[in-house]
Amino acid sequence: MFPKWFDKWNADNPTNIFGPAIAVGVVGGAIFAAALIVTWGNPYQTESMQTGPRGTGMSVPEYNVARTAADPTIEAYYTEEPYIPEGGEELAKDIYENVQVLGDLTDDNFNRVMLAMTQWVSPEEGCAYCHGDVDISEYGSDDLYTKVVSRRMIQMTQNINENWDGHVNAVAEVGVNCYTCHRGENVPSDIWFNVTPVNEAAGGWAAVQNRATAMSASTSLPSSALEVYLTDYDSEVNVHDLESRVAGVPGLTEDVHTIQKTEMTFSLMNYFSNSLGVNCVFCHNSRAFYDAAQYTPQWGIAQQGRQMVIEMNQEYLIPLKDTYPENRLGPIYADAPKAACRTCHKGYQRPLQGMNMTADWPELTSSDAPVYE
Amino acid sequence: MIEYQNIFTQVQVQGNPEWGMDDSGEMLQERVGKPFFSTLAGFVGNAQIGPIYLGWTGMVSLATGLIWFVIVGLNMLAQVGYSIPEFIRQLFWLALEPPSPEYGLSMPPLDEGGWYIIASLFLLVSVMTWLLRSYLLAAEHKMGKHVFWAFASAVWLFLVLGLLRPVLMGSWSEAVPYGIFPHLDWTTAFSIRYGNLYYNPFHCLSIVFLYGSVLLFCMHGGTILAVTRYGGDRELEQIYDRGTATERAALFWRWTMGFNATMEGIHRWAWWFAVLTPITGGIGILLTGTVVDNWFIWAQEHNFAPMYDGAYGYEDYGSYEAFIGKEN
Repeated sequence: MFPKWFDKWNADNPTNIFGPAIAVGVVGGAIFAAALIVTWGNPYQTESMQTGPRGTGMSVPEYNVARTAADPTIEAYYTEEPYIPEGGEELAKDIYENVQVLGDLTDDNFNRVMLAMTQWVSPEEGCAYCHGDVDISEYGSDDLYTKVVSRRMIQMTQNINENWDGHVNAVAEVGVNCYTCHRGENVPSDIWFNVTPVNEAAGGWAAVQNRATAMSASTSLPSSALEVYLTDYDSEVNVHDLESRVAGVPGLTEDVHTIQKTEMTFSLMNYFSNSLGVNCVFCHNSRAFYDAAQYTPQWGIAQQGRQMVIEMNQEYLIPLKDTYPENRLGPIYADAPKAACRTCHKGYQRPLQGMNMTADWPELTSSDAPVYE
Repeated sequence: MIEYQNIFTQVQVQGNPEWGMDDSGEMLQERVGKPFFSTLAGFVGNAQIGPIYLGWTGMVSLATGLIWFVIVGLNMLAQVGYSIPEFIRQLFWLALEPPSPEYGLSMPPLDEGGWYIIASLFLLVSVMTWLLRSYLLAAEHKMGKHVFWAFASAVWLFLVLGLLRPVLMGSWSEAVPYGIFPHLDWTTAFSIRYGNLYYNPFHCLSIVFLYGSVLLFCMHGGTILAVTRYGGDRELEQIYDRGTATERAALFWRWTMGFNATMEGIHRWAWWFAVLTPITGGIGILLTGTVVDNWFIWAQEHNFAPMYDGAYGYEDYGSYEAFIGKEN
């Protein structure tokens, strides 16, 4: 098998090769095992989670077990029970100037909410992050964009808790408050900006896909899925025909959808999966993705979530574009920062693993005067 | 000592290069490249590399294939703004996409699929001349045209994907993008869009023949290697003059599973399985979107997708915690 000179050299130079061979084998084996773990993942970090009746293939086969341990941000959560008003107290809107939201709170509760918000959003900068480094008598001023934005965010939080029960309180009483997204950061993690078109010298579908971007989760699927499906009320995700034969030309006949749109849907679904640490069959039976009879209950919750995010982006986040300074806008198209699934979920099935975020904060559950119990 | 107990070829013939017959006296004109020997190639095949006979079909095929390759590559390069590092980094992600859906079967602007149409035309010429080449070379050697027909079955699938089905659908946007990951995205999306291709019976058949080809290939290869020590690797001789190698191989399978192929017939099995893979696959693709738009519903209508009546999700587990496996 080997060249003659090689065999001859070996015959002339007898050497015990077992020592080095074993060493090379051990080191090589270790490198191979390490490479496997790095590229394929540590098998002990994942486990299978059955999410449907046995025999149906409904399971999350590589569920990240780290997600079953306590979310580290839960421990850092600051909360404080409300001071139940006895009636007759002066309200914040009468005490302070320019109180457009939370005005129906008593002084104690108003300051309690303000303190909590600094803990949730600007633990290092404190009150000055929104009010500026000024005397407390000037806190009514709207000079800083942070204050204008946070007022709108309070309204958004109230709207979510008030009108999107079907998503945020679907499984249990959970709700949201500032901490659900912010987790102690001025700007929440996992916000997103427009990135498309991503390709030069190309138009149409070719311009928005086939690049490894953050918005495509490093796939070659379209990078525009969130832009299309999470900002537009009229967007429809469905691509399937509901009869075995539907005549028409894809993209030219109404309701006859294209493979390109299917890829975009795939991109959105991939984002959903990554945001919650689950896979397709958490919501769908993959043998018939479209079939309502084979959805899990989570499908309905996710559906509500998509509508909720569209409203958040359309009514609250996108209109703030002109309020932000330049450094808060998108790096490519200078668009307003937007929210989506991962902004709250952070890779968990339920944000903060289902901790009740509104229990102590009735002020944030409705735009009306809070009801304390 | 000659040994046959190895997965690699142990015996290599290296000497003066074999040129083939010089029947027309134009050997050096027709066959190009100075032949040489490669020990490495000899482990898995013939150690002699070259010469090669191109002919006009080979020349046309290589030239048009190269044009297709360069058009695709330059489009990818243009998409990353002619940045070589970015081109290398994104190479597996980049693609030359078919036209956007709104153009139907018309010629779109160059940057919206026009280049795709032009490139595809060159690829068509390239593949068809290479197909013709496999016919002409077989004819030249006075061989049967089995390789030509086998390659034609693959070309059938290629034509269905890039030409016949888009035309029947009325839109070039149905064609497959030229890119490493993008064509895989297309494959997945195609299955999802048309209601799960696994319920397409011709896709089922294609899978049977594909996996069957793999199984047959492995069985045949294993059998012949196992009887090379009795001369079983001289398959042609064994076909017309059955020796102990054939007897043992036949007995092995007949005793194992009650049936055995013959020394000749196994090659017909392999050929038909391989050829039927793209033929059935092509039929399945051609029917998708033209005759059937949702294979799962079609399969339910034809009673081969069983209905599952159970309920899904956490409601059936009593609590959400039980559902996500946190309690039993």
